[in-house]
Amino acid sequence: MNRIEQTFQLLKEHDTKAIVPYIMAGDGGLDCLTERLEMLEKFGAAAIEVGVPFSDPVADGPTIQAAGIRALNNGTTLKEIVAELTKARRTIKIPLIIMTYLNPVYAYGISSFVEDIQKAGVDGCIIPDMPVEEEEMIAPLLEAAGTELIRLVTLTTPLDRVKQIAAKGRGFLYTVTVKGITGTRNEFDKELLSFLQAVKEVSPIPVLAGFGISNHEQMQTITKYCDGVVIGSKIVDLLAENNFAELADLMSIFKLKSNLI
Amino acid sequence: MTAYTLPNETGHFGMFGGKFVPETLMKAIIELTDAYEAVKQDPEFYAEIKHLSKDYVGRETPLYFAENLTNYAGGANIFLKREDLNHTGAHKINNAIGQALLAVRMGKKKIVAETGAGQHGVATATVCALLNLDCIIFMGAEDIKRQALNVFRMELLGAKVVSVTSGSATLKDAVNEALRYWVANVEDTHYLLGSVTGPHPFPMIVRDFQSVIGKETKEQFFTRYKTLPDAVVACIGGGSNAMGMFYPFIEEKKVALYGVEAAGKGIETPYHAASLTKGKPGVLHGALMYLLQNQDGQIQEAHSVSAGLDYPGVGPEHSYLKEIGRAHYHSITDQEALDAFQLLSKLEGIIPALESSHAVAFALKLARQIGASQNLVVCLSGRGDKDVDAVRARLKGGDIG
Repeated sequence: MNRIEQTFQLLKEHDTKAIVPYIMAGDGGLDCLTERLEMLEKFGAAAIEVGVPFSDPVADGPTIQAAGIRALNNGTTLKEIVAELTKARRTIKIPLIIMTYLNPVYAYGISSFVEDIQKAGVDGCIIPDMPVEEEEMIAPLLEAAGTELIRLVTLTTPLDRVKQIAAKGRGFLYTVTVKGITGTRNEFDKELLSFLQAVKEVSPIPVLAGFGISNHEQMQTITKYCDGVVIGSKIVDLLAENNFAELADLMSIFKLKSNLI
Repeated sequence: MTAYTLPNETGHFGMFGGKFVPETLMKAIIELTDAYEAVKQDPEFYAEIKHLSKDYVGRETPLYFAENLTNYAGGANIFLKREDLNHTGAHKINNAIGQALLAVRMGKKKIVAETGAGQHGVATATVCALLNLDCIIFMGAEDIKRQALNVFRMELLGAKVVSVTSGSATLKDAVNEALRYWVANVEDTHYLLGSVTGPHPFPMIVRDFQSVIGKETKEQFFTRYKTLPDAVVACIGGGSNAMGMFYPFIEEKKVALYGVEAAGKGIETPYHAASLTKGKPGVLHGALMYLLQNQDGQIQEAHSVSAGLDYPGVGPEHSYLKEIGRAHYHSITDQEALDAFQLLSKLEGIIPALESSHAVAFALKLARQIGASQNLVVCLSGRGDKDVDAVRARLKGGDIG
């Protein structure tokens, strides 16, 4: 059983939900990445999504765009991120998942990328601009390496397509909970909860909800219908402000402790 | 050459193309693919395009023998395919009409588009006014400065122009914002993409709607001379006028195809937009194509005196035609384009767009190289009215690039 499966197994045993924070690697400098990952683990993260900055992040809203620009201005590269994650793996016990647009991977070399992240102890990979139709260029390599390719479904994905994607799914199914790009929101689409329920029903793997989630109330409501949440923009903001107290509070909701893992 | 049938079913031209978009857009991409396949069988749809092309746009456009330019160059005969004479002043209207009619068929009442020089934005706003569609145009803040007149035109036509300040604040960033807007409003909005770029089926759809350029050229030339030209030349940013000109000639192997990129301040400097000459394959805005990028896969800013060529990628079909050697790609500097801009104005009384001036500048070189008795056709993709202020400033000694 790999690290992501183990994690969801444990969450299930303890009847609790996953909280998966997103962090932009290189925002604040790559030097602080490992200590921030350690902090997020301590605050109760079930896994961490490590974002790779890209010059043209079309699926991201202003907060993550700005974090990406800061990271690029710090000279952050995918090669250095992979090297830093290799170091982080020595202390971090929870799953680490790389989230990157395809072009940095393409420039890195797809097979080298798969090989290097596997060696670094990265457990999964999310590529938001690569729908299942195009995944042949990397999916078989990730599969062979035992690194999970995390697929996405969204509110605009028809249910029969959700089924097809879920059937291919590895790790967990990432459900995008807004019609739009990343960023915090006050209201969710009315269809969301019934959609989440439908996704949960057809998915053979755990379902996480992400995009636009920023407070306890939303997390409580949404996790009635799925196995956990991904929080991006809100965490990126709190980290940029060094507001660790609020971060700890935000993440305290499921009282997950890393020693559980 | 066997029959040319690309893109294949999955939207690829060899290794290039594809549909690299967030899952949110896949439903719309599939819907668009199906809708386009459906109208392909519908003669009424093409009758409507033909009617608007003739009575509204003014097609067919002339194929003009530029005798003075030919004599000046002292080589091959140079012909100009006068896309500059289209309503709104450029070839962009060919695609805008086709896609807007397609959007209407799909029941979409809102149109979003990106624009660089403003020509595609003006064409889109024009068609939206005609067909009573809501229109929102994303345009880089830098381009808004360079093309103020086109911004006013779009607003007159009833479009909402949104200034994009992210990134380099040019066409690439306008595409990012248009894509983000589409992701958030995909259910009632059609993205009227303006070039042969983006996810499949856009490169195919835009090429097909633009191929009227090459079809007419072929017919006009053949009717007059009972043969085909020896070469065709077109400028390339994303590559829509070039693809429209090339496509009907791809299987005519005796016709050489030349695409002309913007070399900006020189391809040996960092200030150019020569994606095919200096870039390498990568994924941006939904397609695998040649891109200007650094070694880490971060997209680099393109530079050109002409806003319409200021894009760091070039459509997947051009990337493929380069790879198989069917088309040849060269580049022309800002200065060479500015010289051609003035030259064509003085010699022929035709003020070309700065984009098209790149094709004219290359045609002069090519005409001398291939020599008399040969015939070459330049796609004069747009007229230069929009560039007159910028060129005047530049000639006075200011730097607008």
